[in-house]
Amino acid sequence: MASLKQLALREEERPRFSGGHSLCAGCGIPTIVRTVLDSIPGPVVAVSATGCLEVATTRFPFTAWGVPWLHVAFENAAAVASGVEAAYRSMANRGRLSGERVTIVVFAGDGGTYDIGLQALSGALERGHRFLYVCYDNEAYMNTGIQRSGATPFAASTTTSPVGSVGRGKAETRKDLTAIVVAHHIPYAAQASTSHWQDLSVKVERAVAQEGPSFLNVLSTCPPGWGHDARDGARLARLAVESRYWPLFEVVEGHYRLTHYPAHPTALVEWLEMQKRFAHLRGVQSVDLESMIEHEIMSQWQDLERRTVESKSWFEERDSESA
Amino acid sequence: MAKTMLGVEVLTGGEATAHAMRQIRPDVVPIYPITPQTPIIQTFSRFVADGKVDTVLLQVESEHSAMSAAVGAALAGARTMTATASQGLALMVEIIYIASGLRAPIVMAVGNRALSAPINIHGDHSDGMLARDSGAVQIYAENAQEAYDLMVMAPRIAEHPAVLLPVLVGQDGFSVTHSAENVALLRDEEVQDFVGPYEIPYPLLGGRPSSQGLFAMPDAYYEIKVRQILALEAAEQVFADTARAYALRFGRHLGAIEPYRMDDAERAIVLIGSTAGTAKDVVDELRERGEKVGLVVLRLFRPFPHQALADALGGVARVAVLDRATAPGTFPPLFADIRAGYQGSAELRSYVYGLGGRDTAPQDIEKVYAELRQPAKGGIRYLGLTGEDQHGES
Repeated sequence: MASLKQLALREEERPRFSGGHSLCAGCGIPTIVRTVLDSIPGPVVAVSATGCLEVATTRFPFTAWGVPWLHVAFENAAAVASGVEAAYRSMANRGRLSGERVTIVVFAGDGGTYDIGLQALSGALERGHRFLYVCYDNEAYMNTGIQRSGATPFAASTTTSPVGSVGRGKAETRKDLTAIVVAHHIPYAAQASTSHWQDLSVKVERAVAQEGPSFLNVLSTCPPGWGHDARDGARLARLAVESRYWPLFEVVEGHYRLTHYPAHPTALVEWLEMQKRFAHLRGVQSVDLESMIEHEIMSQWQDLERRTVESKSWFEERDSESA
Repeated sequence: MAKTMLGVEVLTGGEATAHAMRQIRPDVVPIYPITPQTPIIQTFSRFVADGKVDTVLLQVESEHSAMSAAVGAALAGARTMTATASQGLALMVEIIYIASGLRAPIVMAVGNRALSAPINIHGDHSDGMLARDSGAVQIYAENAQEAYDLMVMAPRIAEHPAVLLPVLVGQDGFSVTHSAENVALLRDEEVQDFVGPYEIPYPLLGGRPSSQGLFAMPDAYYEIKVRQILALEAAEQVFADTARAYALRFGRHLGAIEPYRMDDAERAIVLIGSTAGTAKDVVDELRERGEKVGLVVLRLFRPFPHQALADALGGVARVAVLDRATAPGTFPPLFADIRAGYQGSAELRSYVYGLGGRDTAPQDIEKVYAELRQPAKGGIRYLGLTGEDQHGES
């Protein structure tokens, strides 16, 4: 487990992602990227899907990236990473590479992962490439101007699911992407949040230690998209976790484990209230919508709790073996 | 000239292409099956399974991912080849454009086939023409031997420092991909030596950080695009040099165009691909009868060899340009290209033929030469239509 001091030292010694980019104040993405890159000890090749991160960090002729970085298109980051990984394997087999093992990391938003990039992701997971796929999930197409995605939560107002005289925000519940990923039986998948940086950092270490694919779904706050003050980014990320809206858990070889139990869970309404995208829920007539969100969140939490209990002995056995 | 043939084997175009790939020994080959390209990847997969080549095969879940993985692998520092056809090429087109823009020298075999709808698995050039403006070099083979030779030439063209662009090597679906004929293969080490090591300026796995695929705004996009266009134009000379080097070494010269009995020709046909074989027979027969007819076969389609073609057409009076693809609403692609760049005195006529694998018989070619005796009708003529549709010629 890397301490904050160690992460900071690594960042100083080998800056992998520099400031000066144009991501918004209060955006969760740079925290995710820095934590992920600083938590990986060896060399990295990064692949990005089209999106906020790519646009804001690589405006020609500038780049924020201190590691080899490639962007090809929106829907194919996992396929591109497959190619890089295959190249690595082939060149290593043929004795054309020397030095430390390279870790290939993908950074893509929820649009590029839940929706348009899902096929490429599924194919890459099925093929078993050794790479880490990080989804920075800000729950809508933020780069194009806040359109709803498969990750957008029920009732959230976006520019394509606006609240109007008839519309009540997104009419559908979000897709459970992490479950879809787990269904590929990959060695490691997890959910994380920028508020719990050490939890994220540990998960990155576990992920990149695998011999196969690994996946992290990290909640990423978005001031313009969610309608919150920039200064509230960290607080909102924490509230998402503490309200159990965004549970922190990991799935190791199919075995679930919650990695954080809120000691005193906060009310979901606290999380909802801080965001303009849910402003319409404040009206009396919207109680039903709010309770529907609450219901979804709680059934998800209970499911994770149940799975955690079921997997307890598996983790205990594993840990006693390695002890 | 040094003759270094290993020997002649009876191979289909698809098999011959797979042999070229085996001998080139690419680092990575992402593949996805589609008729009529499949024999290429099947044969190559067999070579890998039998330990005859140690390439990393990547069995991806779509052609879009095949091309995406190819870009990742090629820019990482691995020599990368793939193959596709028809709808698969259509699905790849988005990424072929990007591969060109990112200057990824991927070599791709194409079993040229019609595009849907109606769905049809047979040969024509619609798929290649869809990728026409993708920025990739496009070469077309007449037969299995040419498919093999051009594939061996392709990495040197793609990877040349002045080019660094994808190269598509087309062969007609079924009539070349699935037709067995004599193919003279080179020795493995000769091919290895001819293609040389894979070198690109900024491999992602080369140990130096580089950012590739950046966001370029109006202040930079234009310059980057024009440089890419100039690189494609430079490929004409690189193709010529590669063809010359290949001929010097192996005795077979495959130029950008192949003029066939064009000296003193008064009437000529220009076309691409396997129908050249039929047309050559017709030219021979008509020449026997004393008719001054000739043929120009185009191998290099992008960059378009305008000057070479103009030189070949020389003093011809009438030229029929035969397209195995269309550009609905205007003239078909090969005709449009020739018309755009040709400043000679010959009268140019547009014919479409062989769509969706429709057979083009010697009589069809004879008919074209006969019609070239008559004054022009204008418009596009559709060769080989049946029944009522014959009268649908515009």
